[in-house]
Amino acid sequence: MAAAAEQARSKADDADLFEVALRLGDSALILGQQLSGWTSHGPTVELDIALQNHALDLIGQARLFLDYAGRLEGKGRDEDKLAYFRQAGEFRNCLLAEQPNGDFAQTMLRQLFYATYARALYAGMEAEGEGELAEIAAKAEREMAYHVRHAGEWVVRLGDGTKESHKRCQTGLAALWPYVHELFMADEIDQRLIAAGILPAFEDVKVEWMTSVSSVLERATLAIPEDDWMPSGGRQGQHTERLSYILGEMQSIARSDPEAKW
Amino acid sequence: MQSMEAGSQGDLDAFDRHVGADGKVEPQDWMPAAYAKTLVRQISQHAHSEIIGMQPEGNWISRAPSLRRKVILMAKVQDEAGHGLYLYSAAETLGVSRDELEQQLLDGTAKYSSIFNYPTLTWADVGAIGWLVDGAAIVNQIPICRCSYGPYARAMVRICKEESFHQRQGFELMMALSKGTDAQKRMAQDALNRWWWPSVMMFGPPDGESVHSMQNMAWRIKLFSNDELRQKFIDMTVKQAEALGLTIPDPDLRFDEASGHWQVGEIDWDEFWSVVKGHGPCNRQRLAHRRDAHEAGAWVREAAVAFAAKERARSARKAA
Repeated sequence: MAAAAEQARSKADDADLFEVALRLGDSALILGQQLSGWTSHGPTVELDIALQNHALDLIGQARLFLDYAGRLEGKGRDEDKLAYFRQAGEFRNCLLAEQPNGDFAQTMLRQLFYATYARALYAGMEAEGEGELAEIAAKAEREMAYHVRHAGEWVVRLGDGTKESHKRCQTGLAALWPYVHELFMADEIDQRLIAAGILPAFEDVKVEWMTSVSSVLERATLAIPEDDWMPSGGRQGQHTERLSYILGEMQSIARSDPEAKW
Repeated sequence: MQSMEAGSQGDLDAFDRHVGADGKVEPQDWMPAAYAKTLVRQISQHAHSEIIGMQPEGNWISRAPSLRRKVILMAKVQDEAGHGLYLYSAAETLGVSRDELEQQLLDGTAKYSSIFNYPTLTWADVGAIGWLVDGAAIVNQIPICRCSYGPYARAMVRICKEESFHQRQGFELMMALSKGTDAQKRMAQDALNRWWWPSVMMFGPPDGESVHSMQNMAWRIKLFSNDELRQKFIDMTVKQAEALGLTIPDPDLRFDEASGHWQVGEIDWDEFWSVVKGHGPCNRQRLAHRRDAHEAGAWVREAAVAFAAKERARSARKAA
């Protein structure tokens, strides 16, 4: 196992691995941070608990990825240094993760889209990869499978519920659809890691995502929007205006005294 | 519901003997209507307190200064939501519905613990709430694990386990601050200054003025008086403050050799009654927040009901 992990590592550059760990860690962190904003605002106490569970899973995953990234980098940055002391332009999360909570329909759609993507990606990483990244992916994959089920059930319920809930879903879908394309755009770093067997082929992830999501949307009686605008760049550090507000709030206490231990 | 039927004097006497001998009362047993009514009031107030209590601490989740502190706080607030649910279920065994109880909270006719009508102004308040408010809650609630009504006693066993975990986490947060920078120490002391007296008041009015106490003690819904519990909390907490190197904000605090207890200065009961009557710093805010969440979620709950009805119709058609 250790030898195999070493071999996998040697096939990929540490700088590339650092980058992918940040991308996955930051997406989980920003999405978890936003999801935690539902606390005490949920439509029922049960849903409040469920959303907090999912936010906890995501932040737990972020901690594992960021801790790994920090150790790979070897410059003494731990999970908190990475989470609290980087500027927006240094964050590598996908744009989908920084889209606003909106109403409950939009939150559930965002969760369905992200969780379906993350589950397929992590399953591929677990199957093909070796070493610590594959181990984190294996743990996260099990959690994301549950998020897919929960979010999927709610999207169906809301899409096929009342006129109002259907309309809200369709509006949320239109707002979020442009941001799903970025998930499947492989840049040079991704391509090197795919070639090294660390990441699965993005086309395969996309096929699995489309099959799974379109079946949910069909049961929800929701129409898939046209593919027109396809913003990207979050995973390379080009974000929407929103991210700096999310970070401004999240980092405020930690940055008030960088030397303090909390 | 049997408890709603008027019982004979014999029933009442048998009930009093059973409860007096530390017997448990279960939902199917006959019980005096006033006993059931008192329990519904107490259990639902407790449930509402858990639900409203999510707000002051939830206020700091987005800004928690480390990822470890963030997940601890999220899990804690989630536990409070869970406690709210067990308690609503315990109340439902007495023949009321959760909807009815929630409506009483929303329309302002039900009370909840006044402690949650104080604001959380700094990160240290998260520690102070865990340490002091959960500490006081445990002192209040551990005896309830042995109260006469079975479903309430059993719900409290699980709740107390989680609360004591929260209390330790709060104390540990305060310890990190009190060992930290000067600014962190000041933050911890400031939080203690603001949360000390409201925590002392959590046990309710002094024994002489407590309206429900006598009957509740006879029925073993309450096992110790407000002042006995308050004293227990004070003795416990004075030592903990010392370990933290923080000062209890009471110039009259002194150890009474004769009784072996710490004695506090005069408690400002005017403040207590003013907050109970709705004039605390956050009463309006907390209730408005709960109402907003309830109203904003109405379309989701309606959609879930509509979808369930469609599903039932679909499976009925399939079966036909």
